[in-house]
Amino acid sequence: MVVPSLKLQDLIEEIRGARTQAQEREVIQKECAHIRASFRDGDPMLRHRQLTKLFYVHMLGYPAHFGQMECLKLIASSRFTDKRVGYLGAMLLLDERHEAHLLITNSIKNDLSQGIQPVQGLALCTLSTMGSAEMCRDLATEVEKLLLQPSPYVRKKAILTAVHMIRKVPELSNVFLPPCAKLLHERHHGKAVGLPILCFSSVDKRIENWMGTPAYRRRVAHTHRHTRSRLSCPWPPPFTSPTLTPGILLGTITLITELCERSPEALRHFRKVVPQLAQILRTLVTTGCSTEHSISGVSDPFLQVQILRLLRILGRNHEESSETMNDLLAQVATNTDTSRNAGNAVLFETVLTIMDIRSAAGLRVLAVNILGRFLHNSDRNIRYVALTSLLRLVQSDHSAVQRHRPTVVECLQETDASLSRRALELSLALVNGSNVRAMMQELQAFLESCPPDLRADCASGILLAAERFAPTKRWHIDTILHVLTTAGTHVRDDAVANLTQLIGGAQELHAYSVRRLYNALAEDISQQPLVQVAAWCIGEYGDLLLEGNFEEIEPLQVDEEEVLALLEKVLQSHMSLPATRGYALTALMKLSTRLRGDNNPIHQVVSMGLSFLPHPAVAHCHCHLHTTLAQPHPPGGVHLRELLGHGAAAAGCGV
Amino acid sequence: MIQAILVFNNHGKPRLVRFYQRFPEEIQQQIVRETFHLVLKRDDNICNFLEGGSLIGGSDYKLIYRHYATLYFVFCVDSSESELGILDLIQVFVETLDKCFENVCELDLIFHMDKCNCWVIDEASRRKKREAQRHQQVHYILQEVVMGGMVLETNMNEIVAQIEAQNRLEKSEGGLSAAPARAVSAVKNINLPEIPRNINIGDLNIKVPNLSQFV
Repeated sequence: MVVPSLKLQDLIEEIRGARTQAQEREVIQKECAHIRASFRDGDPMLRHRQLTKLFYVHMLGYPAHFGQMECLKLIASSRFTDKRVGYLGAMLLLDERHEAHLLITNSIKNDLSQGIQPVQGLALCTLSTMGSAEMCRDLATEVEKLLLQPSPYVRKKAILTAVHMIRKVPELSNVFLPPCAKLLHERHHGKAVGLPILCFSSVDKRIENWMGTPAYRRRVAHTHRHTRSRLSCPWPPPFTSPTLTPGILLGTITLITELCERSPEALRHFRKVVPQLAQILRTLVTTGCSTEHSISGVSDPFLQVQILRLLRILGRNHEESSETMNDLLAQVATNTDTSRNAGNAVLFETVLTIMDIRSAAGLRVLAVNILGRFLHNSDRNIRYVALTSLLRLVQSDHSAVQRHRPTVVECLQETDASLSRRALELSLALVNGSNVRAMMQELQAFLESCPPDLRADCASGILLAAERFAPTKRWHIDTILHVLTTAGTHVRDDAVANLTQLIGGAQELHAYSVRRLYNALAEDISQQPLVQVAAWCIGEYGDLLLEGNFEEIEPLQVDEEEVLALLEKVLQSHMSLPATRGYALTALMKLSTRLRGDNNPIHQVVSMGLSFLPHPAVAHCHCHLHTTLAQPHPPGGVHLRELLGHGAAAAGCGV
Repeated sequence: MIQAILVFNNHGKPRLVRFYQRFPEEIQQQIVRETFHLVLKRDDNICNFLEGGSLIGGSDYKLIYRHYATLYFVFCVDSSESELGILDLIQVFVETLDKCFENVCELDLIFHMDKCNCWVIDEASRRKKREAQRHQQVHYILQEVVMGGMVLETNMNEIVAQIEAQNRLEKSEGGLSAAPARAVSAVKNINLPEIPRNINIGDLNIKVPNLSQFV
């Protein structure tokens, strides 16, 4: 008996009713079989419904590729219902890797040129989501035509589709630059044509600002002299032109930004419109009317942010443009209401723009101070963005950011992992020669209590900074030692080699180093890098350790038995890695050549230690021992060689 | 650029998955799972930004999310987007959904889509039919807000007007199956006046049935 196919709502109910993954899979497989069957011989009118079920199971992670051809059929249908589902399917199920994707190019072309507006919208949406390079090349002319046609809905979609096309096929910038320039010019012109003309003698100061430069006002007045009339209400909303909506403007700015980022000619061309852009932004900032696009009292913050971004690109490394923007940026920075998120979004963009262009010095100080103020804000999101922005500025405006170092360091204490990570990155970037001691103290304190996923970054950051800015070698050794004790398991592999090299090169600190390392080892033999370095050090400078002459540390008598016992402990500990044991054994062998006393205890420990080692480690030890013993040595050495032979045999390998 | 928009419930079940950057299917699912795990670890009183997981693009990408009762809305963006701006964008999207449906959190209960074919529509089915359209509707609404990974429109009224126009268009195409029950039953019960058996074509005196009900 054939179980009838389920409606989507029933399918969902059954899926939700399934108690195990296997049950769910069963339900879905059964239904997919129905869907496949219906694609083959079902009612074409109901095809779109089958496909919507397929979308649902696809979202849950089940294969849905057999629906691809159905999407194509639906797109080719004449019904809007079918196209809606078909295009959605194309966006969800098709992409460049599937050969089928090129087959919709023709349908899209037809829909773009002859479809009704909603259909054109669907086609553009699909093209901008999954359009491959070939598709974009084929359809560029169609999209270009739509950029300047009357419907605002289609235009704004066409503009963003153009952005996608340029990303896929950069050469298309040439195709879209002329219409783009036209769009902005039209917007400017539209303002002149669409507005009721004001009597300038009684104009409000704010309207005056909004209407632009005196030269512009004169031009407008001249054009419309015979149609002047006095306005009784506050100025009209900025965009009264029937063809230009804020949506189109947003898209246009996005397109211009994309063009300018990719082509120097576009950049040069659009630098000329900086005054117009400034004008638009000024209007948005100073308008008190609540426009439909305002959020929390800020007029169209999305558009403001986008314009600020574009101004940043246009003003970068360009004195003239930057100068034009100074006043405007100051105005935005001071007038924006920062009580709500929207205003803060605009303010942050303003700050970043100020810092990125050739702005006046005073303005830069203002910008960094705004960021500093935000670091104290109670809203965590604001603090996060402030830290991120400061991180972007730390290379270019190091001294300005340094002024906020104390606050940044405080942020290390944040409980929020995102914030403390940012604070860590910023703190590490702020370390320099003059503040290194203070900063290291803070960072090392942080290392002791920081969350586990930050530990590795913190440790390596400290080690790097220490390497760059260590005031003295002894401080450097102390720092590394501290890191190894606190977070030994999180340091990079080369930390051990670096430290041994550092110590080896600082002859005056041999005694100091070996003493400190011995003490550290005596307290804790679990941190492997520390143990390895300590073992090496004891091996190299064991004689200095036993001499007991220390200038600055309290003298302590350490005798041979204690040292041996410690190394034995290391060898026997289950926490010690084979490499660590290798270090310990080598140290013991070196000690046997350096120490004056009876070597029998050492021999016993060595033979015990050798039995622990796997073959490669033994071979390594053997090599090393041969090198050591090749030098002139006291009588004990010969016994050791025999011993090594025994040990190797005991470990079951030929030497 | 917005790389992906994900909506899932408190148990990690996806409710909307939309990618604007191409990823193979298995990776898409992995991203959804990974994102859910990352976001779930966050308390409610810390910031809404997360460094992205390893799969979705490395250091340049971050997750910006908002938690509304039973649903997480996560936008995965790169560094060219304003973080605070995206927070507002999520709010716009959610408020638009709210305007189109009764209650955004109900989206979590049932995502259905069904153009009901039954002749008799009672209250329960009517509710089911409303709910039935939600899954697709959320996609269509999103398409009016974000397109190709870029912000398209942020005016709620504009977006809602578009969606309603498109839904009307779809309805008008539905044919008889989309007609309300009363109209349908009216047609079924229509009392056609008797058509005369003999039509005298000679004097062209044809009696035409009274079709005034259809006007």
